[in-house]
Amino acid sequence: MKLDARIPGGPLDKKWDLHRFEMKLVNPANKRKHTVIVVGSGLAGASAAASLGELGYRVECYCFQDSPRRAHSIAAQGGINAAKNYQNDGDSVDRLFYDTIKGGDFRAREANVYRLAQVSVNIIDQCVAQGVPFAREYGGLLANRSFGGAQVSRTFYARGQTGQQLLLGAYQALERQIAAGTVTMFPRTEMLDLVVVDGQARGIITRDLVSGAVETRLADAVVLATGGYGNVFYLSTNAKGCNVTATFRAWKRGAAFGNPCYTQIHPTCIPVSGDYQSKLTLMSESLRNDGRVWVPKAPRDPRTPGDIPEAERDYYLERKYPSYGNLSPRDIASRAAKEVCDEGRGVGETGLGVYLDFADAIRRLGEDTIRERYGNLFEMYERITGENPYRLPMRIFPAAHYTMGGLWVDYNLMSTVPGLFVLGEANFSDHGANRLGASALMQGLADGYFIIPYTLGDYLATARPAPVDPGHAEVRATEAAVRERVSGLLSVSGTRTVDDFHRALGKIMWQYCGMERNAEGLRRALEEIPALRREFSRDVRVVGTGEELNQSLERAGRVADFLEFAELMCRDALHREESCGGHFRTEHQTPDGEAQRDDERFAYVAAWEYAGEGRDPVLHREPLVFENVHLATRSYK
Amino acid sequence: MRLTLRIWRQPGPSSTGRFETYPAPDVSPDMSFLEMLDVVNERLETSGQAPIAFDHDCREGICGSCSMMINGIPHGPARATTTCQLHMRRFRDGDTITIEPFRAAAFPVVRDLIVDRSALDRIIEAGGYVSVATGNAPEANAMPVPKGSAERAMDAAQCIGCGACVAACPNGSAMLFTAAKVTHLGMLPQGQPERDRRVLTMVERMDLEQFGGCTNFGECHEACPKEIPLSTIARLNHDFLKASLLAD
Repeated sequence: MKLDARIPGGPLDKKWDLHRFEMKLVNPANKRKHTVIVVGSGLAGASAAASLGELGYRVECYCFQDSPRRAHSIAAQGGINAAKNYQNDGDSVDRLFYDTIKGGDFRAREANVYRLAQVSVNIIDQCVAQGVPFAREYGGLLANRSFGGAQVSRTFYARGQTGQQLLLGAYQALERQIAAGTVTMFPRTEMLDLVVVDGQARGIITRDLVSGAVETRLADAVVLATGGYGNVFYLSTNAKGCNVTATFRAWKRGAAFGNPCYTQIHPTCIPVSGDYQSKLTLMSESLRNDGRVWVPKAPRDPRTPGDIPEAERDYYLERKYPSYGNLSPRDIASRAAKEVCDEGRGVGETGLGVYLDFADAIRRLGEDTIRERYGNLFEMYERITGENPYRLPMRIFPAAHYTMGGLWVDYNLMSTVPGLFVLGEANFSDHGANRLGASALMQGLADGYFIIPYTLGDYLATARPAPVDPGHAEVRATEAAVRERVSGLLSVSGTRTVDDFHRALGKIMWQYCGMERNAEGLRRALEEIPALRREFSRDVRVVGTGEELNQSLERAGRVADFLEFAELMCRDALHREESCGGHFRTEHQTPDGEAQRDDERFAYVAAWEYAGEGRDPVLHREPLVFENVHLATRSYK
Repeated sequence: MRLTLRIWRQPGPSSTGRFETYPAPDVSPDMSFLEMLDVVNERLETSGQAPIAFDHDCREGICGSCSMMINGIPHGPARATTTCQLHMRRFRDGDTITIEPFRAAAFPVVRDLIVDRSALDRIIEAGGYVSVATGNAPEANAMPVPKGSAERAMDAAQCIGCGACVAACPNGSAMLFTAAKVTHLGMLPQGQPERDRRVLTMVERMDLEQFGGCTNFGECHEACPKEIPLSTIARLNHDFLKASLLAD
């Protein structure tokens, strides 16, 4: 396998323009002769499917939910970044680029990130034109708020439901194309494998989640926009259905996996309350605009928060990182929370929590202003915990939230399998080792609206994929493999439920490959995961048949893939002998406990190639060349 | 807490359904309603019985997947709360809880508590959008939108498409769902060029999909987890009348 990032020549700020001119075009009359499969209908998938449909391609879009509008992008709360500089506070494309590179701890590709910052401004224009009801000032112009890792105010938002509103915009554009006949939608349909014929991605194998029918879908190109793999931890802020199957199966068919160990632990989630817990709920980072994070100075302080005087509180983010304070980036804020809890200063019954306190903001701005800014988040908090955050500080704790790693893609967002494109959270490309808040929505829409419509056309015009025979041996073998996997899961008839295994895997991953990692723990995980996998294949119980709606079977397939994928994550985490962003190796830290990068040895993308059953995956390195930024120690102090 | 559950079981769209009774001992008041069902399902699976099928995904009240009648009320007794955000502390020890799928002619049962709500997608498909292809957009701040209009658009745009309004309506009408989209886009300058056409095509589609007519019961608003205002329906009627007159 040879990694060619295909970064265009020319100066950084001209690369995308020059490349757009150099790319080949597909004649409008020929576009409708090309079938393109889009898997996933979140921000990246829906925007891609709609935009490709508008261009005239014959698009098929697949999602496992009952409607494309339910993809997990819908749950993003806080906002979307764009370098509009409406606040006149010094923002620019260059600054958004730099903040994103620095926020990612210098582990992302310069050219991709610069392009992302460039198209960010077009995204806001597009969404406003679609009728996305962004927050506005009294003069009728768009409002902004601040997010972690930036000293400018560049985040656009729609109350605490920005992801919902952006997704509905993309979904409505998608529905318009469905009505126009350019896009065919396949809801309640799950991709279970990738079809590769003569080295090109030529389709997918799907299972109809209602009838259970396994079918082959062929096309000229396949676009994966299937999100991240945060559910490898079992408890995460992801929706229950989020899974790694599409990208993991593509990996097994030859697509390199980039930086699987880069995962983001979000600092502000509602703490775990019991063993039955099925997911963790995020409290938007935007709350840190007005909320102050603190713990008591004394360990195991039994007093209620209101009884603890100012002098006995430790506003530890403000103390340790005075210039960014409560708006320190996510990886830093999460680790700081873990540190104070490890010292025994955590709050709540479990001691795994810190306060996020709005008392000062309410005194300064009034309760109405706070309600207007965060009302729905406060209500959600109260519904879940039974506590009123206008009166008592919120209790929060870090939780798995986002995965920066994903399938490796070149500048055109194409994986190492020609014809297989990967968008949004499913690829590895823009966030390096840590993603800044409000950048996921930006990237998903950038990829779907403004990048894939160009680069996919270039591929089709250049590669000119010939029609593929449905009876081709590789097509039939892939479909047969899927059928075998499905019936294999059903035939075990063991004693333990799928969720039981998933919880066990989550515990291993959280303990050894979570907020902090070290070689000893990762080696232990690499022994425990295969043992758990063997146990799964011997003792899992999946009730029912494959020819019906069977939610246990759906989950079993996803957990089986997580059980294999987890090993790749740990392997990647073990090999990366440095700390960077969300990847914190305890052996590699500065004397004051900050992440210590090793640019000499690790300024590269780790792209793992599948080498066959029972063989160790092969590591390939894409060196990261920084021509425009100076590699600095990331400091928010 | 110790509860008794009466749950609707139906293997498929064409089979006959019936209530089954399941004990739910050891329920923690801090569990969500779906976590309580997870525990019941794991017990069923361990004993080799088919678990209760239900739609769910985000479990934070925004995706609109969860859809069940709890004691006859869509999403259960808590105001402005989806099933996934309903917590067991809302119930009392010893309670019997009846759980059914959303019932409406336009929402056929798929299995157990899962219904087919694709008719709602088809209403959006009929005109619930602004026709602006990617790349067509002017500069975002070129067209100011009064803050009040943006806020009212947002109030309506919060609809999560769960269908509780339909399930609550004695007529099985999708009026609140449709009105929410008509209001969201109709409040904004971007939605004006297609405003008349939109309301006509969306209402036409709603009628074709076997949704009933609206007779102003207001149950939809009571059941709505996002509290979409009833005034959106008045607005739809206004727009519909105006558009119909102009069309003739």
